[in-house]
Amino acid sequence: MNESTVKDHAALADIFNKDEDRVNWHDETLWWIRAKRDKAVHQLPEWEALRETASQIKNNVLSNMSTYLQQFEANAKANGITIHWAADAKEHNEIVLSILQKHNVTRMVKSKSMLTEECHLNEYLGENGVDVIDSDLGERIVQLAHEPPSHIVLPCIHKKKEEIGELFHQYLGTPAGNADPQFLTETARHHLRETFLTRKVALTGVNFAIAETGEFVVCTNEGNADMGAHLADVHIACMGFEKIIPERKHLSVFLRLLTRSATGQPITTYSSHFSKPRNGEEMHIVIVDNGRTVQLGREEFRNSLKCIRCGACMNTCPVYRRSGGHSYHNAISGPIGAILAPNLDMEKYADLPFASTLCGSCSNVCPVKIDIHDQLYKWRQVIVKNGYATTAKKAGMQVMTLTLSSPTIYHVGGKAGRWVMKHVPFAVNNKLNPWYKQRDMPEPPNESFGEWYKKNRK
Amino acid sequence: MNNSRDKILAAISQNQPVAMPLPDIGFLKGGDENPEEKFTTVLTTIGGKVLKVKSFDEIKALLPQHFNTANRVVTTLTELSDIAELNTGQPIDPHTLEDIELTVTSAHFAVAENGAVWVTEDIIGQRVLPFICQHLAVVVDAKNIVPTMHEAYQKIGNSVYGFGTFIAGPSKTADIEQSLVLGAHGPRSMTVFLLG
Repeated sequence: MNESTVKDHAALADIFNKDEDRVNWHDETLWWIRAKRDKAVHQLPEWEALRETASQIKNNVLSNMSTYLQQFEANAKANGITIHWAADAKEHNEIVLSILQKHNVTRMVKSKSMLTEECHLNEYLGENGVDVIDSDLGERIVQLAHEPPSHIVLPCIHKKKEEIGELFHQYLGTPAGNADPQFLTETARHHLRETFLTRKVALTGVNFAIAETGEFVVCTNEGNADMGAHLADVHIACMGFEKIIPERKHLSVFLRLLTRSATGQPITTYSSHFSKPRNGEEMHIVIVDNGRTVQLGREEFRNSLKCIRCGACMNTCPVYRRSGGHSYHNAISGPIGAILAPNLDMEKYADLPFASTLCGSCSNVCPVKIDIHDQLYKWRQVIVKNGYATTAKKAGMQVMTLTLSSPTIYHVGGKAGRWVMKHVPFAVNNKLNPWYKQRDMPEPPNESFGEWYKKNRK
Repeated sequence: MNNSRDKILAAISQNQPVAMPLPDIGFLKGGDENPEEKFTTVLTTIGGKVLKVKSFDEIKALLPQHFNTANRVVTTLTELSDIAELNTGQPIDPHTLEDIELTVTSAHFAVAENGAVWVTEDIIGQRVLPFICQHLAVVVDAKNIVPTMHEAYQKIGNSVYGFGTFIAGPSKTADIEQSLVLGAHGPRSMTVFLLG
């Protein structure tokens, strides 16, 4: 793990690409999910109207964030929920730990929360004597493998069933060599049922928080968030503050968009609305900043806070499909990760906006119309201006600046290049030329346009 | 704690963009498809089952045919209290519901576009009841099927609930190489009795 935080996306993608068959498998799997999304979406003639509406609702949210958050807090408190505010990941983790310690609890069950991944909650709690079990099957698998999730919706999309079978054999005692999904899932069902029945504290994420009513919604296919929360004495729900939406009825728009975008299903099996704690139980919500207020202030990048974490951008991105989520060395990977992360640490994540062909597919599928590919391009400019471009890129740009600003150098350089490509092709068709890595060089023309024009237009 | 709250809200107030209007969503609505047909098709596609019935007597006859009623069956419906254990929300430890084979409950209404039913705490009493059972059956009035989520939230309106959930089919996962498996942590099957 330490090694991958030093390598950048290109280097990590290189490692991933050593196994071409596996890359093809990963690519095809994610594209298949994109295809399911398309099938579901094409059944709704009002799809684009839904996207536009959701986008406008989220624009309104960004511009009234302070009011909506205070409204949400007041309504949730009136319903008996305790609200906490965390300025950063550290404070978030400390708040969660303090709730656990208050109840003398050392074992907790968690359902999917990318926010807690962002805050590295599991590690922090582990260091402080609390055992956390991730109850989402995909998350449990990567937890057993000591890896982070590689996709925000499909945590172990990078794992083959044989590998999962091996993990279960090692940690859950299943027979060696058994890779049957039905059997493995049944094993996980029994193993996690024991967890649900014994844990006193359950932690969940928040898909949507409603300002109007103070309720929040948690969406799962497995039912693990509900199995945890309804059996525990304490339910802790963690949310980035951007998860707010104004009114309950707006859920109709977002719940129609979310799962179709994510997996092509019309809705998740469970869309649970939590308003009040159960009789005698405690409910806590931790509202987290961790860099979001800064992003909110960035005029060109604040729209990234509209994200509803569907993962559609990842499923469609050709770079993500062929490099894998771990190549982004960040809790949130893919296109959305690449426009969120540089805000947190521009130096550490300078490589991410460059991990793109700027094809725009992400923007096309985004249910809330985030201009992802525009932001990728704009981040590149910010990163270079702040001096975080790679040395090779800086050098390359300096050469280009020189060549393009001097007509003489441009013409001489062009002529020389054409001559070399024609007469000494191996000088450029080799490992030192990054363009040549997986492409053929173009056919060199006999003359430049300028030369042709001089001859043919008097 | 107050300090972080005030700091965060102050930063947000300073950084949030110029006000953008909230759009009207009233124009979004369902189409003319037969809701019962659509609901049945969708729920079946996503792994649930739909049984059309005319009465509770019919439901009583069907239950032992479709489920292992020799094991523990719990219902929230007084109409079924003679053939199942009645639970109308008495304050019990939810852990004692662990061994339920089948829960038979009801829903306020169903949603055609996604095969979901809307169930709230006042129906189920114990929140874990429709999740902890091995199999789930839900009785819905066949006249109470709305086309889309837009009509669903109109029906829900401003109603007050401690907990409510849309349930669409059985619990499932595809986390292992995209192979769909029914019965992840929640019920392995989900049957809707359309009454009327």
